Formats: sequence, C-alpha cells, structure tokens
Amino acid sequence: MDIFFQQIINGLVQGSVYALVALGYTMVYGILGLINFAHGEVVMIGAMIALAVLQALLAAAFSPVLAVLISLMMAMAVCMALGYSIERIAYRPLRNAPRLAPLITAIGVSIVLQNLAMMIWGREYHAFTLPFNSVSHQIGGAIVNDVQIGIVVVALIIMAGLLWLVHHSRMGRAMRAVAENPAAATLMGVDINRVISNTFMLGSALAAIAGFMVSVNYGIVHYYMGFMLGLKAFTAAVLGGIGNLRGAMLGGVLLGLIESLGAGYIGDLTGGFLGSHYQDVFAFFVLIAVLVFRPSGLLGEKLAERA
Amino acid sequence: MKLHRPANRHLALAAILLVLPFIIDALFGHGWVRIADFALLYIMLALGLNIVVGYAGLLDLGYIAFFAVGAYTYALLGSPQFGLHWPMWVTLPLGAIIACIFGVLLGAPTLKLRGDYLAIVTLGFGEIIRIFLNNLNAPVNITNGPQGISGIDALQVGGFSFGESHQWLGVRVDDVHLHYYLFLAFTLLVIFVSRRLEDSRIGRAWVAIREDEVAASAMGINTRNIKLLAFAMGATFGGISGGLFAGFQGFVSPESFSLMESIMILCMVVLGGMGNIGGVVLGGVLLVALPELFRHAAGPVQQMLLGKVVVDPESLRMLMFGLALILVMLWRPAGLWPSTQRRRELNTEEGA
Repeated sequence: MDIFFQQIINGLVQGSVYALVALGYTMVYGILGLINFAHGEVVMIGAMIALAVLQALLAAAFSPVLAVLISLMMAMAVCMALGYSIERIAYRPLRNAPRLAPLITAIGVSIVLQNLAMMIWGREYHAFTLPFNSVSHQIGGAIVNDVQIGIVVVALIIMAGLLWLVHHSRMGRAMRAVAENPAAATLMGVDINRVISNTFMLGSALAAIAGFMVSVNYGIVHYYMGFMLGLKAFTAAVLGGIGNLRGAMLGGVLLGLIESLGAGYIGDLTGGFLGSHYQDVFAFFVLIAVLVFRPSGLLGEKLAERA
Repeated sequence: MKLHRPANRHLALAAILLVLPFIIDALFGHGWVRIADFALLYIMLALGLNIVVGYAGLLDLGYIAFFAVGAYTYALLGSPQFGLHWPMWVTLPLGAIIACIFGVLLGAPTLKLRGDYLAIVTLGFGEIIRIFLNNLNAPVNITNGPQGISGIDALQVGGFSFGESHQWLGVRVDDVHLHYYLFLAFTLLVIFVSRRLEDSRIGRAWVAIREDEVAASAMGINTRNIKLLAFAMGATFGGISGGLFAGFQGFVSPESFSLMESIMILCMVVLGGMGNIGGVVLGGVLLVALPELFRHAAGPVQQMLLGKVVVDPESLRMLMFGLALILVMLWRPAGLWPSTQRRRELNTEEGA
C-alpha cells in the first residue's frame, strides 16, 4: 500500500510536467492542425539554458531565490524566441504546402536543436540541483519532498492562469477565433500570423518551465531528454483529446499516473519477466489504445479528418 | 555504340555496375567496397520507405524498426544464440513476413486517422523495438541485450557461401565483392518491383491518396486498405534488407537501429526526390558516400583551420542532415531529382 501511495505521488509530479508540455502541443494543434515535433527539444533547450544561467548566477554570488527566478525567466525568454523562430522559419512558409512538408521540416528542426545542444553541452549528463535544501515529508507512508510539492503547485497555478488567459483575455479570444475558423477570424480583423506566433511563444514558455521542473525533479539534464518527453507529452495530449486545453491537463496527469503505477507493478504482474525499465513503453501502448478505441481522446469532441 | 539508345545505355550501365567493385577496390581499397555494399543496403531501405513516404505520402519515422525485425529474425535463427542454423531462404522470407505483420499491426489502428498520428506512432514504435531488444536478455535471454548477437551465419545459397573468398578462372573474388553482387541483385529486384508498382492500379491509387484523400475515396478507392498495403509493403522490404544486413555484418546489436538511422533513410528519400526511384537511389548514394568523406575530412579540416577538433564530426553530420531536411522542404520540396509527375504538379498549381 505504501508503494501504491508513493507511485501515485510520483505519477502526479511527473504528470504535471507532461501536462505543461502537452499544452504546448495541443495549443499549436488546435490552431494550426500541426504536430510541432520540435516541441520536446524546446523543453530540453529550456532546461539547458536554465542550468547554464543558474550556475553562472550562483558563481556570481547571487542569492539562491533570485538566481532560480532569473534563470527560469531567462529560459522562458530564450524558449519563446526559439518557438517564434521555429514557426517563422520552418512552418510559416509551408502553411499551404502538402501535409508532409511541415512534418519533415519539424523533424529537421528537432535534429538540428538536438545536435546543437550536444555540441554546446556535450553528451554527458549534467547534474541539476536547486540551491536550497529540499525537506522530505512523510505522508501516509510515502515520501514527498518540497521540490515535488513545488512542481505540482506551480503547474496548477500556471494551468489556471493559462485557462484564464485563453478564455478571458483578448489574446485568448483571438486564439479561439483562429482555431474555430481562420478565414472568418481574419475578416473580423484578427491578425492570424500574430496569433500563431503568440501561441508558439506561449507554448514554448510553458515548455521552458516544464524543462526546469523535470530537470529539478530528476536532478539531471541531458541533450537527449527532450525526445522521449516530447513523445509522451504528445501521447498525453492525444489521450486528453488533442486541441483541448483541459484535455491536455487531464491527459498529462493520467499518463503520469499510468506510467508510475505501471512501472511499479509490471514486475509483479508479469511474474518478473518485464521490469521497470519498460516504463517508456507504457506511453506508447496508451497512445495505440487511445487511437484504436477513442481517437478523439477523453475530452475531445471530434477528430476532424483534414485532408 | 550509340549511348542515347536506351538499350545500349542499359547495357553500359550494367557493365559499369558489374565491374564497379573491382574499380573501387583498385582505386580506394577494400574498405570502400564494403561501403558500397552498405550503400546498396541503404538504397534498398530507402526504396522501401519510398513506397510509404514517396508514393502513398505517409510519414514513417520508425522505418528502421522493420529493418531491426528482419535483422534479428535472421540473427536469432542463424547463430549460436539458440544454436539454430536455419538456411537463408527460410530466415530471409520469414523476417520479411514478420516485419510485414508488425507493419500491419501498427498501421491498422493508425492509418484510418490523419497522417500525423502515423508519424508519431511509428516514431514511438521505433524506440519501443529498441527498448525491447535492449532489455530482452533477462530473465530469459532472447536478444542478448545491449551486447547484441554475434557469430551470425553468413549468407549462403546451397553450398555457396557469400562470406568467404572464391577463386574463379584465376580471379580471386572476395566476400565484399560477392555481397556487392548479391545486394545489387536484390536492389535491382526492389527497383523492378517499385517500377511495376508505380504504374499499377495500386500505385496510382497511392498517388491519388497522397494528393487528395477525400477525392480518392470518392473515386471508390478503399483508402485504408490501400494505405495499409503501402505500409506493409514498405515494412516487408525493410525486413528483407534487415536479414541481408545481419548476414553481411555477422553481428547485430540494438545500437544499429536508433532513431537517427530512420531519419537518415528518410533524408535519402526526401533529398533525392520523393516518389522518384532514380532520385531515391541518388539520395542513398549521396548520403552514404558524403558522410564517409566527411568523416575523413571534418577532423583534419578543423585541425587545419582552428588548430583542434572543436566539433565532433558525427554530430556535425547529423546537424547537416537536419538542416538539409529543412532547406530541401523550403526550397526544393520535390528533392534533387524529382519525378516528372511531381514537377508537373508543382509547376502548374501552387498551393492548391
């Protein structure tokens, strides 16, 4: 029972990260109908930038709280610029091209980012620890530390903020209008290109935060970390119903739970044949299962087949 | 001999292809004949992927997984791993069939949805296969984990082994040369099949689906089945090449089947010219030969210009692949050597 509770907590923490990344996929998909393959790499770049800035600031004897905040801000700023550039360079010129074209450029962007990161930061794993003590708490036999609590709380606040932004601000209204009908939105005076750029920047800022969280949680950063994370977050977005913000949040948390419970119990279930190193496999089976049984996802209304 | 006559041109080409390994051997050495063998394997793979991406317009990002399935089938049934030594004409087709089954299992749920899902699912599948190959060594040792399987039987037909040198009429023909001819034969077979498919009813259906799925289904094409056929056929070719790869190398490990390999094959298809056999072959040759040259040149050039090796040539190579994918899509979406039909389409109607 203790293990069960522990896995639930781990799943919630990991799920919050998935949810933030999944929001980036789902917003872009909702508006452009495009899977932004490079999104996972944006998360990785965010984590790398945050680490680099944090180390520089701590070396310059900044106060720990200030250093963390500034590094997070810097990571968000860099990722927003990156998201904006990716859209401008790789997607905008191909908006009316055949479907295959932007998918291929997205793969290209993803490879370029990954290898650039490898050239700059090397192939090794970098340790990423926060400059404060993280106290562990005992709750009902499970152990939670401050960092994990912080991740879940920050993720909740950000998600609430995003929902408010999309549903109650002028920019959010424009985003929803473009998602609904781009042509009509243009006629109503919405600048589609700006809305799309904003969406990419918003998603990338969330990605930067997620990158920071996931590296703090695991304590390591690596140039390859974005790939699997991106794949899983996409799965989370599909699970919740792609294009749907609440769906991405729900899907992220659910996927985190499925993964941690699955990894915790797969050994017992298969009589020791499969172990926890198959953790990465769960997301994939969830993806296949959703596509077979409920392609529109849990909260999705309908999956339009846009040819 | 008049070279502009097609028949003569084919004869000349055949003659060149036949003596090519000896020319390469004499000019550059044995190692490059091996590279030529690999080039042929990659061309086979690229042609297989071309059916999926080029003809049917489905983006498969885990194509290497089918290659892996073929390779491991061959390796498990013809190595000391299980003490089995089945002959090649059983294991090669078996690998192809198993790869095909995997293709159908993967394609069936995803192909009725939008193409993007297929891309993600195949991407995941490629990784999953690698994870399984890496971890299926405990508690029951099936794949031998990260160490891979070694001592795989050479490709052998009857009593004739491609894995050793033979002496004919006083000419010594080495194993790399023999493999070259074997792979050449298979490549030509794949090219032949591709060409026949291209002009067949199925091939036209693929193109129709690629261009406009709704219109294609309105014309009475069962789009899902036809797409599944493309996917399964691509997987089959991948499986065959995988078996050949295992027999040629004598060793397989999960390392050889990373995502980057899938990307490289995709690059060959996209760069060369999606849907055009000549273009795909060109892409395959370029992407095997250039990185090899690059590997020899990148280190020394950096040494010369900067005094030290700043950037690891391998990541530089991948960076170039990524850039190539972006630039080709932006400026030359039909590839270096586009098919005439595609060029026509791109010229007559922009952004229809």
